[in-house]
Formats: sequence, C-alpha cells, structure tokens
Amino acid sequence: MSGYRVTGAGRVDRARTVAFTFDGQTYQGYEGDTLASALLASGVTLFGRSFKYHRPRGVMAAGVEDANALVSVTRGPGRFTPNLRATAVEIYEGLEASSQNRWPSLKTDMLAVNDRLGMFFPAGFYNKTFMWPRSFWEKLYEPTIRKMAGLGNSPTEIDPDHYTAAYVHCDLLVVGAGRAGLEAALAEAGSDKRVILIDEQNELGGWALSDPDQAQWLAQSVATLTAAANVRILTRCTAFGFYHDNFVGAVERLTDHLAQPGSGAREKLWRIRAGEVVLAQGAIERPLVFEGNDTPGVMLASAARTWLYRYGVAIGRRPALMASHDSGWQDAFAMAAGGVTISAIVDVRDTVDDALLRQAADLGIAVHLGSSVIGVSGRHKVTGVEIAANSGTGRKRIACDALMMAGGWTPTLHLWSHSKGTIAWDESLGAYVPDKANENVRCAGACSGQMDLGTGVVVPALPTPKDASRIKAFVDFQNDVTAKDIGLAVREGFKSIEHVKRYTTNGMATDQGKTSNINGLQLAATALGRPVVDVGLTTFRPPYTPQTFGALAGHAKDALFQATRKTGIDGWAQDNGAVFEPVSQWRRAWYFPQDGEDMHAAVNRECRAVRESVGIFDASTLGKIEVVGPDAAEFLNRMYTNPWKMLEPGRCRYGLLLREDGFITDDGVAGRISPNRFHVTTTTGGAARVLAMMEDYLQTEWPDLDVWLTSTTEQWSVIALQGPRARDVLSALDTDIDLSPEAFPHMSVRLGQICGVPVRLFRVSFTGELGFEINVPAEYGPAVWKQIVAAGQPYGITPYGTETMHVLRAEKGYIIVGQDTDGTVTPMDAGLNWAIGKKKKDFVGKRSLARPDIVAPGRKHLVGLLTEDPSLVLEEGAQIVADPAQPVPMTMLGHVTSSYWSEALGRSIAFALVAGGQERMDETLHIPMPGAVHKAQVSGMVFFDPEGARINV
Amino acid sequence: MLLIHCPYCDEKRPEIEFAYGGEAHIARPLDPSALSDEEWETYLFIRSNARGRHHERWRHIHGCGRFFNAVRDTVTDKFETTYKAGEERR
Ligand SMILES: [Zn+2]
Repeated sequence: MSGYRVTGAGRVDRARTVAFTFDGQTYQGYEGDTLASALLASGVTLFGRSFKYHRPRGVMAAGVEDANALVSVTRGPGRFTPNLRATAVEIYEGLEASSQNRWPSLKTDMLAVNDRLGMFFPAGFYNKTFMWPRSFWEKLYEPTIRKMAGLGNSPTEIDPDHYTAAYVHCDLLVVGAGRAGLEAALAEAGSDKRVILIDEQNELGGWALSDPDQAQWLAQSVATLTAAANVRILTRCTAFGFYHDNFVGAVERLTDHLAQPGSGAREKLWRIRAGEVVLAQGAIERPLVFEGNDTPGVMLASAARTWLYRYGVAIGRRPALMASHDSGWQDAFAMAAGGVTISAIVDVRDTVDDALLRQAADLGIAVHLGSSVIGVSGRHKVTGVEIAANSGTGRKRIACDALMMAGGWTPTLHLWSHSKGTIAWDESLGAYVPDKANENVRCAGACSGQMDLGTGVVVPALPTPKDASRIKAFVDFQNDVTAKDIGLAVREGFKSIEHVKRYTTNGMATDQGKTSNINGLQLAATALGRPVVDVGLTTFRPPYTPQTFGALAGHAKDALFQATRKTGIDGWAQDNGAVFEPVSQWRRAWYFPQDGEDMHAAVNRECRAVRESVGIFDASTLGKIEVVGPDAAEFLNRMYTNPWKMLEPGRCRYGLLLREDGFITDDGVAGRISPNRFHVTTTTGGAARVLAMMEDYLQTEWPDLDVWLTSTTEQWSVIALQGPRARDVLSALDTDIDLSPEAFPHMSVRLGQICGVPVRLFRVSFTGELGFEINVPAEYGPAVWKQIVAAGQPYGITPYGTETMHVLRAEKGYIIVGQDTDGTVTPMDAGLNWAIGKKKKDFVGKRSLARPDIVAPGRKHLVGLLTEDPSLVLEEGAQIVADPAQPVPMTMLGHVTSSYWSEALGRSIAFALVAGGQERMDETLHIPMPGAVHKAQVSGMVFFDPEGARINV
Repeated sequence: MLLIHCPYCDEKRPEIEFAYGGEAHIARPLDPSALSDEEWETYLFIRSNARGRHHERWRHIHGCGRFFNAVRDTVTDKFETTYKAGEERR
C-alpha cells in the first residue's frame, strides 16, 4: 500500500501515472482516476469549505451526487470552470484544480468563524435579518453575503471554447449504463431498432465497475454493444432533462478529460427524440443524520466500496460503519475482503439478519446493535467516533480513521419526474418509486425500486442523548441545512414541503438534494406528525446535474446568435463610411459621416441636401407583400381602414392597419399594379407580423376570398430618391417611363425599365419633398444605386441614413408606427381620422373604434411639442406634467415619442402622446429631465411646409 | 418540445415549426357594427381559459403555412387531436 492506494485493486491504469495540482501542490494519480480518487489515494481528506458555515468538508459520495467536494478547474485564459465535483473530474497530465469558498487557504479559513456563530444563522436567517431598508440590500447585505457564503468564483473572461449540437432520432434511448441499462440495450443489440445508450461516466458499467464479480460480464456486454451497428454509445454524456414527447436533452463532454483538448468542440448538446425511453439511472445511497456527519472522512458506504474496487483506494486504515440498512454491512464485508480492517459496525436496529452477524463474527468485526454514532472527533479528518445505545446509555469511543454511513437507497427519479410520471411511496424502501408513466418511458433496475440490497429502517435522525438544539447534524451538506433547521421551519409554521424547502434552502443547492431530499422530507414529516405521503415531495426540474451555458448556447453566439439581415446596397454603404444601426433584424445605414463629422453634423448636412437638392436612401428593408387575385381589392378593403376598391391601377394609397381591438399596428403605402395585383408595403419591423395577420384573416375568416399573399421584401431593392432635384437625376438615366408631373403625379406607380432592368417606380415621399422609390429586382439594386449616384453628381447627390429619414419625416408630421404609437393608440388618438374610410361598413378594428374606452374623453393624443428654448432637444421617453411644482409622485400626462433637431427650421421639434392633447393646443407643459425641468408648447404635428407645396411639383 | 400533427401535411412535426393562435372556434361576427358593446367585448376579450380540454388554433408557420385547430389538455399538455380549419368542433 502506497499512501491509501491498494495494490492490485481497481480499474485505474497503473502503467500510466498522471501528475496534477490541487491548490498549487503537485500530486500523482493514475489514468482512470478522478480528482477525488487520486487525492484520497494521496491521503487528502479536506476538499472544500461548506457554503454557510465554512466547515471543513471531504468527499461524501463517489459520483455526481457528491455535495461537498466542489472544485474549480482552470486551463488557461477564459477556460475557468467553478463548482465541478471532484468525483466527476477526470485527471489528466497538468490538470490544475483548486478548492473554493475559503480564505486565505483551505486549511486556515478565516470565515470558519461562521461555524462558531452558527446559532446566529438559523433557517430563514436571511429572510429575517436583512429586511430593510432596501438600499442596505444592494450596498451592504448582498455583497457581504456573497463574499462570505458561496460557491466558486464566476469566470471573468469570455469562454474561448466552442460548443456544438445535434438532433438525433432513435427507437430506443437508454439512460444509464449500469447493469439494468446495459441489459435493456443488449436486448436490442443487432435488432433493426436504432438504439442510443448514454452514460455520464467515462466508461460503461455503473455500479458494475465497483464490483469485480461482474467484470467479465461487463466486458462481454460492452464488447457486444460496441460491435452492434444499431447501437450508438455515448459516454461522458449526461441526460439532463426529459421534455415533452420523449425529447431528451443530453450534454456530451468531449475535451474536459484530455490533457491536449485540441481545437474541437468542448461539449456537444444532443437533442434526442426517442420512440421509447428506458431510464436506468440507478439509486443513490442516503447519508445518516447525526452530529459530525459532515466531518471529512465520513462518507457513504457504497462510495467507500467504489473507491476500493473501482479506483484501488482505501478510505482509511480502519474505517467504521454506521448503518440502518443491510447494504452497508455488505459494503463493509467487501472492504474487509479487500484487505481493509473494519474497526466496528454500528447499526441503529436492535436486530439484524443472523447471516450478517455470523459473517461479521467470522471477520472479527465488533458489532454494536441498537446503537448510533452521536459524535465524530477530528476536524480535517476522522480520528474516532462516539457511540451510544439508542436509549442514551453506554456512551463510548471507537477509534477509527474513517466512517462509512449506510442509510438506505433513494431511486433516482429525476428524469422520470421531468417526464411527468407519477410516483408512489414505498414504505419498505423509505423512498418514492416510479408509478404511472406519462410518456413512452419505463424505469429499469434500481431506479424502478427493484433492488436486492437487503432491508433497512428509515430513521429521520439518529437517536442521541445530546441536546438536539445544540448540535449540527447535516441534512443538506451543500447548503449547510441541519436537522435543527428543518425542525425550526416546521415550528415556525411551514407545513408544505415546498415551503420548508425554500425557507431552509434544503435541496436547493447545485446537487438539487440528491442526497438530502428524502432525509429532509422524513424530518419534516416527523416534526409535523404526518405521514410522508401527506407532506409530498419537492419537484425535480432539469438539469439533472449542472450544465454549462456554453453547451446550451451552442453555436448561437456572437454573429450567429441572430441573423443580421443586410440589403443588397449594404456593401456600398459600408464602403462609403456609413455608421449602422440595428432595426429589427436588419442592419441599416444610420448616417454617413464625412471628414470627421459627428452624427449631429452629418445628419444636418444630409437633411440640407434633401431639402435643397437631392438625397438617396436605401429603403430596401421596407416590408413588401404582393397581394394578388380577383378579390385582392376586397381583401385590402377589409384589412385596412382606407377604401381600396376605387383605387385605379397605377395609383397608390397610404394604408393604416388596426388590430381588431382598434389600435394601430402598422402602416405603409400600397400601389395598385393591375386590377388584381397590389404591391403593399409595411414597416420594416412589421413585415412578418402583418403577413401573418393577413394570412390569419384570409385562411380562417374569409376563405371564400380568392387572394394569394406572398412576401416579397427581399425580392426588391428599394432606392428612395428625394429632393427638389430628384426628377432631374432620374431623367438623366435610361428609362421608358414618362416622369413629367402631368403623366406621373404624386402617389402613382409605373411599371417599365430603368438602366436596362425592370422597375416598379413609385412616386411617393416620406420626406415632404418631390420623391421617388425605385423598386428593382434585388440583384440589380447595387448597380442601379451606383448609376443613380453617378447621375446625381451634378446635383451633389447625398446618401442619407435612417436618422435623417426620421428627422425629415418628423418635420412633416409623419408618424412611425412603433415609435410614436405603442399598441394603445387609435387612429383618432394619432390624428389619422382622414385615413379611415367613412363609408366603409366594416374593416378590421372598425367596431372597436366605437368601444366605450376608445370614445371616452381624456385619451392620450399624439401632438407636436415646441420647446421654449429652441436649441433644447427633449429626450425621447421623457415624461410630461402640467405643473412641475406638484408634489411627487406627479400626475404624468404622457411622454415624448420623437424628438430631433430640425435643420430646416433651425430649432428642435418633438412629438408626444399627451392626455387630452388635441384640446391643449398652445398650452405650456413641463418636461422634467435630469438637471432641469423644460417648458414646451403643444402644437400641431406638421412643422414644415404645411401646405404640401414641395411634394406636388 | 412537443410534437404536433399538422392535418394538412399529415405529419407530426416539432413544436418550433408552429405558432400558437389562441382559442379556436371564435368566429369573427359577420356584421360587427350590429353588436352591442358587451357582445363585442365577449368576442374580443373573453376566452374560456379551460382547465383540461382546450380548443385552440395553431399555424404550421414554418411548414405548409396553414392554420388548423387542435384539442390540447392544458393540464397534461397533451394533444388529443388536430383537424383542419373549417371542420366541426371536436
Ligand atoms: Zn403543415
């Protein structure tokens, strides 16, 4: 025996040593070791500090259920992972791991003083103590609590790894590759079913890996499954959640166990849709609840057996056993057979099976029945235990250097419960077992409650002669919840287990109560004096074990998080120095700064160019819907507020779209291309929503209408040419369309060709100037744009962006749906009564315009605002009040929706939604903003060229 | 993720291909102007909010594009059936 490594035992590869560090100190283990097994083999017992009391903690379990030994692993910049379980970290050459939640070091932790102050940290401590005032929470309590109580540090750098994902379908998914899972997969090996077998560990076998008697069977089974073409085996893969219709999420860890991770993906998210699911997740042994049960060196009996037979590590030279269940005796016997001296077996039961007693006697192990451990000596390592008869008499000390505890078994029901399968209480197991399935899923093996591990009794907490109010007997080791805390919660009136859980935080740590739920439940039920089934069980939720955000995000990050839509002209804008802004999913040119201009200067120059000569703007993002069919006009007539049936081909109309509740949802110009064909435009952000709304009415309300709807947003490049010289520029290009004002008046559309390509040429304006919108097939957009820019050089043609577009439209009083409206604005509120077809009997939303709330006085109206100080540009979103001297909280009349500096007017302009605004013309209102309260006068919304003379030229 | 049977495609497809469309069988009145405020309110806003069998509309928006009706249990989140728009309530 070297250290605690046992010669000849275990599956680790003795030929391959692996060097790694823990808290800066170098250790050696073997390939196949976990961080926990390698450290235990080196005699390390102290792994971490507990969450609240900073108590020394070792490993309690050998698998992912361990609640104590949380560590951080770092492997270079950005590759820092906190809160890993040492029992699930495979060692590799050069691994750097460190303990958590201690300062300045693991052995000397200053905050361990919390343990002595334990009486001040009862259940509900945070709720009771840190209550008021609120600012104390942000500035004092929370930072202090976070520093003192907690887990590992959050990573501070961006994770440079990448993560991948796949969808996969199978006929049979087996979760867990212990004996039951392997048998389920073997039953279909070589069949025509697609089988997936997944297991969270590095090799298949589950408990069989800890049982040398099963080694040969295991090797044969793995060989059979590996050879079966229809079976896909995924190891290091955790099925973390079971979702509707046999949809299981699993994360496969690809590189964390490798010394050289390479450049491949770190983890892979499998989205598995299975015909049938077999859950073979096994069972987890329960700790026993007694004082000192969290001392390093106290651990589950089954874990001790796993350390010995899977990893070749003895947990001590002479461990003792505290049992309430036969399985612990078997573990102790197996340890003895492996050469480990068992110093004593203590069992809370007065009688046990004679066969156990005989075997103990044969092995020379002292047995104490009807007795319990009532204390553990040693702070960083067990040095002995104190036991007493259950009556409290006969206290004595037993020398030992580790303590195994065997409290019975809890079937792992997590995924079963995710699938909404019901559970039933099994009195003999003292645990819940699966009952009725809600999906095509079944449990196999220990997680179904079928165990051949002998019998036991359920003891919420071991009897002790000590004052129960003065001892710490842990239930939830990770959140530092003691039996006392659960008793206190019940005394304070919490009767539902869900409330007890939240008040005490039992089962709410990263281990999700894998080892604590049932003990907590038993304690609560006992304190309440009610049967366990009446107290219930808390809900299991995904993930089964913590998963990385990286795995869940996969490729959906950075540029791939969301598609960036770009127009055909986007490249020209980029080449010409555009600054971009996101508009829904599009990136749009915001403004085109020249020679070091700031945004303000650039926008003013662009505005002047459009008002004085000509500007060019990429309007391709406008939503476009082709509405075609004999009933196209009738359809639009029903959808939009405006009348459409009399619109002649070649003419355009502004359309206003309401929801059925009467509120504005979109607007845009539509042109009638032919009697049966309309070219409808929508707002940039509203395109998909409007098409879906139209489809809804067409398919479900008016299926009799003969109409087809097609999204054509990306089929057209749209170039807006705006300004008094727009016609001059267009005339210089090759086109067969008569551009004269007589032949082509405002609000018309013509079909023809321009620069040799087909065009739908609209004469429309969103600037108040003479304007055209040139629609060409998308692929021709950049070429036509460049020809227009070239033709416009004599007129100083100026590209402008969305900011200038906003200013120019605001000067003219044109609203932007979604900016000046917010889903609660009617046409009357927005001053758009003129857009409502008065003679129309019906359209979507018409009836609602007569709803009592809509016709009631005092609604917010969209109005103009002119600040007293013409140079002051109000903040969009600023609130408006009538009297700034009124006491706080003030009565707010509304808010500013749009606000700009108007270069054409030499002053600021704004729109606002104001209660009763249309009755407040010329009234002075007040706008409190940071630093000052500003005055502004209510006005109409058309600030520039109110007669519209500039458009009709 | 639910699997939903599209009665037009006659296939079970993943939920992400579909968009929910609210309660089914609430026909838009033929002449809304003839309705009282209360009747119009009922049409616009009042829904059954069923606990259990719920008739609802779905659209196979990333598939065939068609609206159809479904009966889903709001407690178990299981679909009982789906059927084409215009067919009798089930
Ligand atoms: Zn379909």
